[in-house]
Amino acid sequence: MAVLQFFPPSSPIVSARLHPVVLFNICDCYVRRPDQADRVIGTLLGSVSDGVVEIKNSYAVPHNESADQVALDVEYHRNMYMSHLKVNPKEVLVGWFSTGFGVSGGSSLIHDFYVKELKDSVKDLKDAQNSVPPLHLTVDTGFRNGEASIKAYVSVNLSLGDRPLAAQFQEIPLDLRMIEAERVGFDILKTTVVDKLPNDLEGMEASMERLYALIDDIYKYVDDVVEGRAAPDNDIGRFLADTLALVPKISPAAFDKVFNDRIQDNLALVYLSSLIRAQLGIAEKLNTAAQIL
Amino acid sequence: MANTMARSFLQAVSSSEEIAPPLRVVQMEGLAVLKIIKHCNEFSPALVTGQLLGLDVGSVLEVTNCFPFPIREEDEEIEADGANYQLEMMRCLREVNVDNNTIGWYQSTLLGSFQTVELIETFMNYQENIRRCVCIIYDPSRSSQGALALKALKLTDSFMDLHRKNNFTGEKLREKKLSWVDIFEEIPIKISNSALISAFMTELEPESPVAQCDYDRLKLSTAPYMERNLEFLIDCMEDLSSEQNKFQYYYRSLSRQQAQQQAWLQKRRVENMARKAAGEEPLPEEDPSNSIFKPIPEPSHLDSYLITNQTSNYCNQINGVAGQNFSRLYLMKALHEN
Repeated sequence: MAVLQFFPPSSPIVSARLHPVVLFNICDCYVRRPDQADRVIGTLLGSVSDGVVEIKNSYAVPHNESADQVALDVEYHRNMYMSHLKVNPKEVLVGWFSTGFGVSGGSSLIHDFYVKELKDSVKDLKDAQNSVPPLHLTVDTGFRNGEASIKAYVSVNLSLGDRPLAAQFQEIPLDLRMIEAERVGFDILKTTVVDKLPNDLEGMEASMERLYALIDDIYKYVDDVVEGRAAPDNDIGRFLADTLALVPKISPAAFDKVFNDRIQDNLALVYLSSLIRAQLGIAEKLNTAAQIL
Repeated sequence: MANTMARSFLQAVSSSEEIAPPLRVVQMEGLAVLKIIKHCNEFSPALVTGQLLGLDVGSVLEVTNCFPFPIREEDEEIEADGANYQLEMMRCLREVNVDNNTIGWYQSTLLGSFQTVELIETFMNYQENIRRCVCIIYDPSRSSQGALALKALKLTDSFMDLHRKNNFTGEKLREKKLSWVDIFEEIPIKISNSALISAFMTELEPESPVAQCDYDRLKLSTAPYMERNLEFLIDCMEDLSSEQNKFQYYYRSLSRQQAQQQAWLQKRRVENMARKAAGEEPLPEEDPSNSIFKPIPEPSHLDSYLITNQTSNYCNQINGVAGQNFSRLYLMKALHEN
């Protein structure tokens, strides 16, 4: 056999999913790195299920790097790992990250260290998934190719017959799970300064405006197609028809009734809350009124 | 960073303080916001807390990082563990150049029921060591409605003075003109991001013009959220009415005691007149040993103030959601007509 895997994983890693917190943390560590260091190295924490690794948390580990050797602060790594486990015992070691483009020579040494760490840590936790190899994540903070490249690798040992030759880092598909970032709102996270967090009604307004813009676009597109200005696309047409069909078909009378009921419910709630506020004002005046005896 | 740490420590120790500009804005980094959200969401509905780290610069309090606290069991031995954990984390973060300065703590809440006596006590504890501290409250249930429910709270100075003297009688409160709105002060939050991360986010933003937060905001079914809010509101009103009863009872017993005192005084005066007529020593007009002269303690207003705060918070939330409901319903109506 020309290629042997190092230890046969029971559930081979197929892909990885990255949470935005990890990305933010890595960038922050990079910005705060000590002046003489070129790149930042750290540990990744998360969970594995069905061959998909979810990377949920991370922390940087101080290290020293010179031309031919790399020294990692093992004590620090273990202390932080213990501390993080106290908060969330389900987030276990899944790999390590480094900034900078591509995989360098020193990386394989660090990777071996993490393989050993993973096996050690798993022995402590008596975990069943004990044959999942660690993941290596690179985040290109230098934007070498003019774009943000975040890649995940799994190490595969190449050997000829019985002699180990080299370790090859194979790239695995990475999925950037931006749902939490979307929840917070990309405009908040994109710019360098946001002056005020939008409150309920402002956010509502923004969403409605976006919806309005979308409906406008669709309108224009349909007009163009009908007048022959744009080529009709069957898929889009079918999608639009499906979407419109989702609006429930209620007779106007029934809809009005439902609508009015809901409006009245909400008005009752607003009335109730104003009443309570008036009550609060009175109660306070009564309680602290001067007693003339 | 060592300077800031040394300076705030020194200021806590020395008695001469420089007049600090009042806190106007809390500036949070995107990283801290995301970490808080992640921690609170993971453990919801349990309530969790964590520590905030950052810098105190003029009238801005910058939060640059945070770390979560492990869920503490009610056990005495684990108290020391908690302190150890905190020291360990601070030391480790110092090594990677993270600001090592504690400037407050964050906690998650359930539908806004966070105004408790424990919060005030924690504030007082922190205030002894740190000159300026802030508490960030995150509400995961409201965030599922599409808004980012992050609030920065601080106790007002006048309230802190009163609390130190532990005196919450009616006259003191009237003197300081302190009403229930003056206990907590909400500070606006600004969010800042480093240039690197904003470059990344701009690059990685998905192409679609509609994001998850829009989906959340345009959801029509807010009934479960409103129902829970109303339930909490009703509970609060019950608490408030029991507090009211306490005050009424106090006032009634106070006036009854006054009447008793007057009656006793009258009797004494009559007796004294009789004695003077008989040529004996008049008895004193006061008798501290008599129980009707014992002053009745006035119940503390603190609890009722806190409950009032909570109630008004619920009212505000209901108003907000009802407003959103109106807009959504009218949107539906317009769609339906088309």
